[in-house]
Amino acid sequence: MDELIIGGRKLSSRFLLGTGKFKSKQELQEVICRSGSEVVTVALRRIDLEKNEDNILSYIPENIVLLTNTSGARNAEEAVRLARLARASGHGDWVKIEVINDSKYLLPDNAETLKATEILAAEGFIVLPYINPDLYTARALVKAGAAAVMPLGSLIGSNQGLRMKTMIEVLIAEISEVPIIVDAGIGRPSHAAEAMEMGADAVLVNTALATAGKPPQMAEAFAKAVEAGRLAWLAGAGDTSALARASSPLTGFLHA
Amino acid sequence: MLKVRASELFALDLETLAQEAQRITRQQFGRTIALYAPLYLANYCENQCLYCGFSANLRIQREKLGPEQIDSECAALAATGIQNVLLLTGESHRHTPLSYLLSAVETVKKYFPSISIEVQPMDTQDYRALVEAGVDGLAVYQETYDKELYARLHPAGRKRNFQYRLETPARAAEAGIRQISIGALLGLGDWRPDVEALFEHLQSLEKEYPGVDFSLSFPRMLQVEGAMAPCIVSDADLVRIICVARILFPRVGINLSTREPAYFRDHVFSLGVTKMSAGSTTTVGGYAESMEGHDAQFSISDERSLAEVKAMLSSKEYDPVFTDWRRM
Repeated sequence: MDELIIGGRKLSSRFLLGTGKFKSKQELQEVICRSGSEVVTVALRRIDLEKNEDNILSYIPENIVLLTNTSGARNAEEAVRLARLARASGHGDWVKIEVINDSKYLLPDNAETLKATEILAAEGFIVLPYINPDLYTARALVKAGAAAVMPLGSLIGSNQGLRMKTMIEVLIAEISEVPIIVDAGIGRPSHAAEAMEMGADAVLVNTALATAGKPPQMAEAFAKAVEAGRLAWLAGAGDTSALARASSPLTGFLHA
Repeated sequence: MLKVRASELFALDLETLAQEAQRITRQQFGRTIALYAPLYLANYCENQCLYCGFSANLRIQREKLGPEQIDSECAALAATGIQNVLLLTGESHRHTPLSYLLSAVETVKKYFPSISIEVQPMDTQDYRALVEAGVDGLAVYQETYDKELYARLHPAGRKRNFQYRLETPARAAEAGIRQISIGALLGLGDWRPDVEALFEHLQSLEKEYPGVDFSLSFPRMLQVEGAMAPCIVSDADLVRIICVARILFPRVGINLSTREPAYFRDHVFSLGVTKMSAGSTTTVGGYAESMEGHDAQFSISDERSLAEVKAMLSSKEYDPVFTDWRRM
């Protein structure tokens, strides 16, 4: 597959992982290996800084980029504080901005996300903001120095697929400066393939894997779907039509 | 609307409810259970709740941990692996005022990344001070939403003020407390109206404070603990309550304490629970040294150690989570 570049780093996988909800950390580790993913996100608030035995970080292979996220932040100020703490405690400078002030729908607050992105990008962080797909926000994020834009496909954890499809298509069409990574709501490999066929640069998946019957196997299925979708995008899909079109036209002889 | 929905759900077949509740819980929270433990700092109380072992009119040994004792209790509890602690006192403004709680939190925070409190209801400014000091969570139970029954059960102390208690979660949310647990003490009266009122309370809080993580507790009186004989809530009823809560509130936390026996906990947790206490003692002190013979607020049914509960969860293919939130 062609390389994906985020914040100057070359990645050969376009499949990013979330790490919540798994039945054991061993299973998470298997999922990471089988997915071929090179970037995984972990909530800083869930990292055991005392490094006890259940420390989630010890199950993430060393060659993987750790994308700490600011889950639990309700505004820009809290997100900035979490990101700085993550960097200060040696967890790198990749940060996924998650600013959520609604425990029921877990929808991101775009305005606060933008504020946090402006501050953190200026401090040299590789910032991946998680947003409601909105063109104005996405443009402002690019201007603020975001390394990617991560629109949600549908409500997080819902496995509902690309309910926000039209708005994501707008972002894909208009934002060419940084990768568009569809995050949240992708529930099936076919959803991931669909996002990639649309021209998304990558997808981030968590619940669909953690709630699958066999998460590691599902991780492989997703990896294949992401790859198939990307190849299809690069190949250029044919147009769709409401009417049937024969593959060998009957009137072709008239133009011979 | 919520009441109608709740009574429709309560009327459904229990197995159907359980299947749906488990499906929603796994979807929302995955196969994970957060673990916490209570730490009793004191048992002085100015109230006379007719059902409680700490009631002011009971002649029990009253105790309050001093700074060094708090330190050694924390050290012993943290050594078990617990990272999320619930600090409890009786409700005494004289013996465990804000200043006592603030200094306790100073010590406790050296050991635990996440601190919740279950103490006497306070004013918003007091909660603000506790948030500043490092408190993330609060538990406060209305006990019953039936005003008449409430008045009968709470004859003395500040707890007589039904309205002040009812508004406690809102004051805590105003002050910036992030995780708020509310509940009704099941068994004081007919559980149906109480649980429905609790759901309505939760719904109004969720609407007013969308950024707060709310959770529900359903402490159940399993035996006569005070002077009052409770209306027993059956296992099936409690399962029904947990399942309906999960279906009505897919994202809300649900706590299950060691009041419930091991067999029941092991079977019910996957239906909706997100957080369990484990390896608990409900006497003042008790982690650093055995407090056998000391008076507990309520009796523990599940006496397994934290390691045993952890092993039980793993054997059922659930991840026991110790760090799901840290103060930052």
